[in-house]
Amino acid sequence: MSLLSIEGLTVALPKGGDRPDALRDVTLELGPNEILCVVGESGSGKSMTAGAVMGLLPEGVRATAGRVMFEGRDLLALSEPELRRLRGRRIGMVFQEPMTALNPLRSIGSQIGEMFRVHTRLSAAERDARVLALLDQVRIPDPAAAARAFPHELSGGQRQRAMIAMALALDPVLLICDEPTTALDVTTQAQILQLIRDLQRRTGTAVLFITHDFGVVADIADRVAVMRQGEVVEQGPAAQVLNRPAHPYTRALVAAVPPLAPPATRPLSAEAVLSVENLSKTYRKAGFLGRNARVTHAVRDVSLSLPRGGTLGIVGESGSGKSTLARCLVRLLDPDAGRVSIDGQDRLALSKPDLRRDARRIQMVFQDPYASLNPRRRVGELVAQGPMVHGTPRAEAMAQARELFGLVGLDAASLDRFPHEFSGGQRQRIGLARALAMKPEVLVADEPVSALDVSVQAQVLRLLAELREQLGLSMVFITHDLRVAAQLCDRIAVMRNGSVVEEGAAAEIFANPRHDYTRALFAAVPGRGWVPPVAYGTETA
Amino acid sequence: MSLLRRYLRSPAAVGGLVLLLLVVGMAFSAGWVFPRDPLSLAGRPLQWPGASPRFWLGTDNTGRDIAAQVFHGARVSLLIGIVATAISIGIGIVVGALAGFYGGWVDTVLMRVAEAFQTLPNFILLLVLVAVFGSDIQTVTVAIGIVSWPPSARLTRAEFLSLRSREFVQACRVLGMRDARIIFREILPNALPPVIVYASVIMATAILLESALAFLNLSDPNVASWGNLIGAGKNVLRVQWYVSAIPGVAILLTVLAVSLVGQGLNDALNPRLRSR
Repeated sequence: MSLLSIEGLTVALPKGGDRPDALRDVTLELGPNEILCVVGESGSGKSMTAGAVMGLLPEGVRATAGRVMFEGRDLLALSEPELRRLRGRRIGMVFQEPMTALNPLRSIGSQIGEMFRVHTRLSAAERDARVLALLDQVRIPDPAAAARAFPHELSGGQRQRAMIAMALALDPVLLICDEPTTALDVTTQAQILQLIRDLQRRTGTAVLFITHDFGVVADIADRVAVMRQGEVVEQGPAAQVLNRPAHPYTRALVAAVPPLAPPATRPLSAEAVLSVENLSKTYRKAGFLGRNARVTHAVRDVSLSLPRGGTLGIVGESGSGKSTLARCLVRLLDPDAGRVSIDGQDRLALSKPDLRRDARRIQMVFQDPYASLNPRRRVGELVAQGPMVHGTPRAEAMAQARELFGLVGLDAASLDRFPHEFSGGQRQRIGLARALAMKPEVLVADEPVSALDVSVQAQVLRLLAELREQLGLSMVFITHDLRVAAQLCDRIAVMRNGSVVEEGAAAEIFANPRHDYTRALFAAVPGRGWVPPVAYGTETA
Repeated sequence: MSLLRRYLRSPAAVGGLVLLLLVVGMAFSAGWVFPRDPLSLAGRPLQWPGASPRFWLGTDNTGRDIAAQVFHGARVSLLIGIVATAISIGIGIVVGALAGFYGGWVDTVLMRVAEAFQTLPNFILLLVLVAVFGSDIQTVTVAIGIVSWPPSARLTRAEFLSLRSREFVQACRVLGMRDARIIFREILPNALPPVIVYASVIMATAILLESALAFLNLSDPNVASWGNLIGAGKNVLRVQWYVSAIPGVAILLTVLAVSLVGQGLNDALNPRLRSR
């Protein structure tokens, strides 16, 4: 007997969308005491499915066919007041971004307490006791302090714990989690997944878990449904879908998950093209008359070197200083102390005009494919711009841009289109072409694939690897994802709180991590115990 | 193309545009329709509109043709509106862009200057400027531009503050672009839409400010502006109210047209906000 069954659900998008239906004939079953993972890439309709269950569809979007049966009632036929009585009490929900899902002006305790205020007749004292018990249950250290705290005073992981406490307050029979760990660091993600798993086992709640990450699926799912463009292409028990995927799309997705094995060792030059010595960057926030003054050591005393033609991976969680380090290398930020030299030239000693003239030595690829291209320029111009600033005639620069478009796998005919006409992966290729147009000696890539879907991510990683061979690029590759780092890096430096805690050859670090933190990072990689049955990059959709 | 289509979808915006085109048409045709100097004596003073077939909007208290003054006044008002707006937006964009892009002490200094302008009511400041530098039409126009730049500077600054930390700006810096190029050719086009919309507000206020000056007899008496005509009519306001009312309606319609066009532009540029 299933608890939730979605039968033939079709949800129509407003006219003028990229497809007529957000969901088409979706059929899912979720039994009690079971975790069903709905997995898919962006635009697959996985979040829309959760929205349809909760009766929280965006404006202008409505279900046109099918039923959502929950405890014997069709949720689509219920009135708004009836739905309100179910939400929170019978169905709990955990969102992706705990910071925006919580009200910033009210304490955690009062927000959780509101669940009881709205749905029960408990007295204030009873409510407070229940809130503390809940916070204790989700393993927040010092529940009493957390109840008094405001959302901004807690860390991301603790906020998500508070969200889970709120969702579980009234012992719902169904918990919907929409990418609950996507905004979190890997180590925190591992803890939250563990927590959800434990609570689910203890309370017998059914969980509808939405995610894009096959590693997470491997860690948590009992059953899996794979979605693509609003349709369920495959569903079944986790072991079956993960280890014997039948549908070509599922196989392609599985093949796009980078294996957690060190890459083959490549012979590296002994000469360092980029060397960093004792680099430090401190942010100071001046407080009023010295009060609230804060000093953040974003990068402390970092020394690294990048062999010519090699790739140095810088791995760390958010706040580890890896992005600040990248920005110091290209001098978007001025470090407080230390040396950065490329081919023996001290970059930090250069004046601003000298640095501008010499910009071609080191170039950067950015994380966000949407924010990193000027929306008002044609993409050909974006790529040709760099050489043109340095005196290359326009016609020559455009011809070069045309060649580069071919090199990064884009159609040269699309040179005079605008960035918004391209997908995320294509934009990232344009950003790469822009950096390569300068013929840099060192390329700094700051999380270049973390905003992309897995299948696109695999393509961009492959492109980077090819270009590295073809052009002999030396690369600094910044990432939070050890799986991604494993694909490209010859050497890896692990950063934490601004310092490098461990540095060495990638193969060595993967085989034998020495520092405790590195080990913790490896232990937290989602789906660590799962070996994808389809070899990496062998099948594409 | 789609911008134009979105603009034309709103009836109010189309109405504003038609009205504005009418005023512009009046301004351009003034020389043909009323070839004589609009400030010259044309007939018996204070004839009601329609009383004489020669003066279909009547004559004012010194016997000048009101219709001729309204047509020629459209020229003056539009010119003042456009030039003063250009000055105000020009100063505002440069100040706002520098303040927003560089931040730090540049921002502090420029914004304190803007505040110094804003703490004085801008009409009082305008009176002071006109009293000191004279009241010919050029001075009045420049003075109106000078008193109305701070809001557009603030608007530009706010846009720059959010745009300057975008990755595409960082990418330009990494490519080795000069600051001036980054500010004016990369960031500014992205920051411009709200400023252009705001220009319609400035234009409407500029026309009103000139009329107010003229009403106090402080604008240039040698041009046929609507404000001057209202000022002339104030002595006979109780009986021959049409002398002030006709140019008043012209000002009202022009300001309304400019505001509707501005609102229409705003809606067309931000289609998502409008559907709410």
